[in-house]
Amino acid sequence: MTFNKDADERLFHAPDDTQAALDYGVDLDSPEAGPKPVISLRRRGSSLASAAEQLRTLGTLDLVDAQGRPANFEQHIADIGMARGLRPAPLEIFQINVGKLCNMTCKHCHVDAGPDRVEAMMTRATAEACLAALDQTDCRTVDITGGAPELNPNFRFLVEESIKRGKHVIDRCNLTILLVPKFADLPEWLAERGVEVVCSLPHYRQRNTDAQRGDGAYEKSIQALRRLNEAGYGQGDPNKILTLMTNPAGAFLAGSQASMEREWKAALERDHGARFDRLIALNNMPISRFLEWLQNSGNLVSYMNRLLDGFNPATVPGVMCRNTVSVGWDGRVYDCDFNQMLDMEIAVEGSSSEGAMTVFEFSPEKFAARRIRTARHCYGCTAGAGSSCGGATA
Amino acid sequence: MSDYYKSEHLANFAKIADGQKELGQAFFSYYGKVFEDGALTAREKSLIALAVAHAVQCPYCIDAYSKDAQEKGADFEQMTEALHVAVAIRGGASLVHGMQMKMHVEESGM
Repeated sequence: MTFNKDADERLFHAPDDTQAALDYGVDLDSPEAGPKPVISLRRRGSSLASAAEQLRTLGTLDLVDAQGRPANFEQHIADIGMARGLRPAPLEIFQINVGKLCNMTCKHCHVDAGPDRVEAMMTRATAEACLAALDQTDCRTVDITGGAPELNPNFRFLVEESIKRGKHVIDRCNLTILLVPKFADLPEWLAERGVEVVCSLPHYRQRNTDAQRGDGAYEKSIQALRRLNEAGYGQGDPNKILTLMTNPAGAFLAGSQASMEREWKAALERDHGARFDRLIALNNMPISRFLEWLQNSGNLVSYMNRLLDGFNPATVPGVMCRNTVSVGWDGRVYDCDFNQMLDMEIAVEGSSSEGAMTVFEFSPEKFAARRIRTARHCYGCTAGAGSSCGGATA
Repeated sequence: MSDYYKSEHLANFAKIADGQKELGQAFFSYYGKVFEDGALTAREKSLIALAVAHAVQCPYCIDAYSKDAQEKGADFEQMTEALHVAVAIRGGASLVHGMQMKMHVEESGM
């Protein structure tokens, strides 16, 4: 930790002005607010709630590469001719994780989000600092994620301010949040502003959706999709893009998004009259709750080997850490949302400090000069067709 | 059975080409092409493969296509339905031979 006391105050003081806004008119912990198949690692006091323990678990697994060496992501990158590691590309995406509060607790969540995570909530001051940092970059896209980002009282402020700046704004939406009465106006509100909604739906059918996101998640998701359709989303209008995001409900890789998209479109239209614009497919990262599930189901080693065997050099240039700045709820800056969850703060080359940076002292020059930090979880982004917040990369 | 079937055979399948490289490579190249998206989707082909795997009762193929079909986006229900197609054809193939039995009975009976 390299923060001074004043910065600590700004980062960690929960402001009183948000307390009233935290009344959602429904107990987020209740089943009505959203399905909750598991309890967060943090709430259970699980050792895997600690990022260090997650990194230790992955780092000490007996995994070897094709040459019989202990699997090392940096080595894999060096083997394909990138001896200096992953280098940053021009920034395109400013991703803001506004907090870990969520009305759901999906089994695979890499954030360990849930209704109990009220401590991790971006304040207005930090949101304003995000915008000031954004103004120092040429990012065209502002990608707002969580938790359920809509639960943050500053969500609409961030959307409005980003739209004012001419940015393409993405709301990473869990769908079920749209059924909470307080957010009933959101589909229209987002549509009026041209926000792209990227919605999590593991499968176009019920079984795998409920397996990953809890009983009832599928039905609620379809209702929410219909609401978005009514607001004009998913009809091919470039100002009302509805993207569905699938990740596997199990220890296997995501399939070809192009191939699946045709089938999904036909099936959702046929079965529910629901429409969407595009499908993106992401691999599950072996961190947080998915890591725990892999461990408990006896799939950890085979899944990691699947990622390792699936290493595809063609995915490397498009990995999202190269063109994204990821900001955490407390204003700290990371290479990506996964490194964020693993507390892997950025490493600025030539810096005497540990390299930690926050949006309060954001420097695009220093950020561009950083060395992207990697560990074994990074194999999740380079396996198969590749995986990023924008879907496949190869 | 365990003396004959070993799970590592599947991971090392490509090494069968050690015995005859040209034929091995030709087979694997053909195999790869078969499963690409075409007039049928890769997912449809994977479900066919899963059903055939059960019909020919190949544990390697069942292992491989149980995973592959999931990766291609099929769920357990769809995979089970594919399997029932194989079951129906296998059962039907037995039963339709009953027509031969029937013919023999009718020829030789009174």
